[in-house]
Amino acid sequence: MLKDILEIQSKRAWVLTLLLTFIVVIVIPILNVVVPEDSVLHIPEYLIPLLGKFLCYALVALAMDLIWGYTGILSLGHGVFFALGGYAMGMHLMRVMAGEGVYRSELPDFMVFLDWKELPWYWYGFDHFWFTLLMIVLIPGLFAFIFGFFAFRSRIKGVYFSIITQAMTYALMLLFFRNETGFGGNNGLTDFKHILGFSLHEPSTKLGLYITTAIVLLLSYILCRYIVNSKLGRVLTAIRDAESRVMFSGYNPLHYKLFVWTLSAILCGIAGALYVPQVGIINPSEMQPANSIEMAIWVAVGGRGTLVGALLGAGLVNGAKSWFTVAYPDLWLYFLGAIFIATTLFLPKGVVGITNLFNKKIKNGGK
Amino acid sequence: MKYYKNTTIIIILVGLLLQLFAVSVNATPTTNTNMELSQALAGLGAKSRKKILKSVKKLGQIGDPAAIPALEALQHRKLRADANGRIYIISDDGTSAKEVLTGETYTGAIDELYTPIINNRVRRVIKTVLARLKLRSSDPEVRLLAAKQLAKNPREDATKEIQAALEKETNDEVREALALALALTQIDSPQKEHRLQAIKTIAESGNLKFIPLLKGVLAKDSAGNFLEPDSEVRKAASKAIKSIERHMLLISTVRNLFYGLSLGSVLLLAALGLAITFGLMGVINMAHGEMLMLGAYSTYVIQELFKNFLPGLFEWYIIASIPVAFIVPAVVGMILERTIIRHLYGRPLETLLATWGISLILIQTVRLIFGAQNVEVSNPSWLSGGFQITQGLLLTNNRISIILFAVFVVFLVWLLLNRTPLGLMVRAVTQSRSTASAMGILTSRIDMWTFGLGSGIAGLGGLALSQIGNVGPELGQSYIVDSFMVVVLGGVGKIAGTIFGAFGLGIINKFLEPFTGAVLGKILVLVFIILFIQKRPQGIFALKGRLADG
Repeated sequence: MLKDILEIQSKRAWVLTLLLTFIVVIVIPILNVVVPEDSVLHIPEYLIPLLGKFLCYALVALAMDLIWGYTGILSLGHGVFFALGGYAMGMHLMRVMAGEGVYRSELPDFMVFLDWKELPWYWYGFDHFWFTLLMIVLIPGLFAFIFGFFAFRSRIKGVYFSIITQAMTYALMLLFFRNETGFGGNNGLTDFKHILGFSLHEPSTKLGLYITTAIVLLLSYILCRYIVNSKLGRVLTAIRDAESRVMFSGYNPLHYKLFVWTLSAILCGIAGALYVPQVGIINPSEMQPANSIEMAIWVAVGGRGTLVGALLGAGLVNGAKSWFTVAYPDLWLYFLGAIFIATTLFLPKGVVGITNLFNKKIKNGGK
Repeated sequence: MKYYKNTTIIIILVGLLLQLFAVSVNATPTTNTNMELSQALAGLGAKSRKKILKSVKKLGQIGDPAAIPALEALQHRKLRADANGRIYIISDDGTSAKEVLTGETYTGAIDELYTPIINNRVRRVIKTVLARLKLRSSDPEVRLLAAKQLAKNPREDATKEIQAALEKETNDEVREALALALALTQIDSPQKEHRLQAIKTIAESGNLKFIPLLKGVLAKDSAGNFLEPDSEVRKAASKAIKSIERHMLLISTVRNLFYGLSLGSVLLLAALGLAITFGLMGVINMAHGEMLMLGAYSTYVIQELFKNFLPGLFEWYIIASIPVAFIVPAVVGMILERTIIRHLYGRPLETLLATWGISLILIQTVRLIFGAQNVEVSNPSWLSGGFQITQGLLLTNNRISIILFAVFVVFLVWLLLNRTPLGLMVRAVTQSRSTASAMGILTSRIDMWTFGLGSGIAGLGGLALSQIGNVGPELGQSYIVDSFMVVVLGGVGKIAGTIFGAFGLGIINKFLEPFTGAVLGKILVLVFIILFIQKRPQGIFALKGRLADG
């Protein structure tokens, strides 16, 4: 087993992976905690949740790359799975702070505000952490499975599938915007206090969440790399390149697509669940069609079907976004629009494609 | 009653005389009734609410329209009383006060006058009394309002008066309103014929508001006996309830159909271009919604130009907007096709992303030029208003025009596709690009023109939309998902499919809304579409045979 895992990428790629992990998990926290504040190398506290957010986005990008880059299915609805995972975590955080809200009620504040007398049934169980962890995986996974089953069974593909997923995220966004749905409506869930007993305002908790995210990301990366290098992964690539030939060779693409689609949704849900305690809010605007399309561009910028490219792209685009929205808020949409156009027109293989031109040896984990 | 009627005329004459000679005539009551009137009026300025209420009722009994200004003043807290019990009406700006009957100006300090205080009970009585007094007005509009007011607060003691007014009334509309008011006061009458007649009148009115009243007729007391002793009346009442409900169902169905058709028209204009370009090139243009937005903003710009330079012709700005709302998006669309979409040929998913980028840039540009707020596009007067078919069913002109406009545009597009050389070539390329190219058709040029056409049609959709909805930078975003669904539902390559898809979606949406709310309706529609394409993956009107493979 261990040998299998070690074989998923070249020694060089492993060294690089571990080096990066070392930097993210050990060096950055040290720079934050140990290095004195007046030092140039010091990483200020506010950067930690921001970096954590980027790591969550990177996880989403991995999930996107799995389904789009390797299987050729462009989902414009991954924001839904991200938000579903986020809401599951948000519900847990709301439940564990029962009695500490503004109204000192056992119910979450927004329910008191709506004059609800008891917890809706679908909120039961979320006061347990293990139950929440189960739901973070189950809810996006099950939803994706059902949706995917109907969509793939009728062989909806290409742009048809894309616009149907977009309609899905749009409809769910409208649903979650309603107060009656029971997830806080417009404002969503926010004002969280603590997780597993640790206060969310403590720098140490933030650091802990950040490190957890990094480790989850590393494990997910290994899982994805393992899948795409396996026989399963090759069938996925074959589906992307010529679906009918895969069918004629005796494979049923439905099973493969459904598997990778559901897995991708679950990874996205986990990313959402890690995102919420670090950002401190989850609301329906996460399900805006625009958000889901942006996820696709992260992967496109970095380079599709490389995994590394997805991670790189998520960092590049979101880094640019953080900088632009502060420095030139009016120009951000122009820049984003330009990225969309330029990437598709001139950089079909993304940033990784450029580096590969220079050095064919650093091919993404190639053996 | 007769006595009052005769004196009324005298009193009106007296009132007129009083007004004519307001300065010379002192308020010395000449006749007995006039005495009563001025006494009752003086009672309005009383300190006790009981006395005020009594006086108001008394004024209703006297039935003299001369009391109307005083009662209205009391209603709006414009009535004042001095220490001698004389009452005044203060002017709107509160600087002067005039005696109620004589019109004499009050000379003292207005601030020292006493303001009679009334509560809601008094206010209700005033309303009814005012309505009864106004029933004698010579203006049919005033009488109609008064009759409607009486129907709102039915009081049994008004029965005789309404009956009398009904006998004299010549205006049909007022008669109808009076009959209804009468029915409402008579539904509790001890006479069976009156009750039956009342129920019949209510049933004819078809107004849903009276159902509780009719249900009251069918109610039982605690012992299980009917409050209404007569079974015939009960039968009539239950029949009336059914007839009213049927009537309302019909109205709401027609209304939903109408709103659904007008929504469907906008969707049709939005989706038509999308379906054509998708059929032709196999790409989804995510910036298509922004073409709607550009069309709507073109309309806005033309409106502003007319406002500033041709105010005389302002009513017709919308006609001048039609070509502009077509050409601006069409040109933008053609430029996009030439510079970007053409280079992504054969990569539909990338096209989707690139056109999304374009839409972001277009939205931000419009936002920077026109601001992030919605702009106001007004209906010209000949597009506002509408046909009142019956109560609760108003077919507005702007929505009717949108439906007609959509029919007209679709007809033009049909002509263009089926009766012109360009249309022939578009159809040829849609069916088989390589064969068409081999026959000497310049496919790339056809792509460009078709893209322009599709964008232009969307622009016209934006123009239509500007007449019924808000115009803002994000206008396209809210319609794009629906237009995609139209294309999915209707299939590509056939106009008929788009038409059925658009009207189908529009009408289903409007019919679901009252039962499920707009949001759940949308979700149900999406679920329906997903289930629908399980059965017919190519849409309602699929191309058959070899063409279906694309």
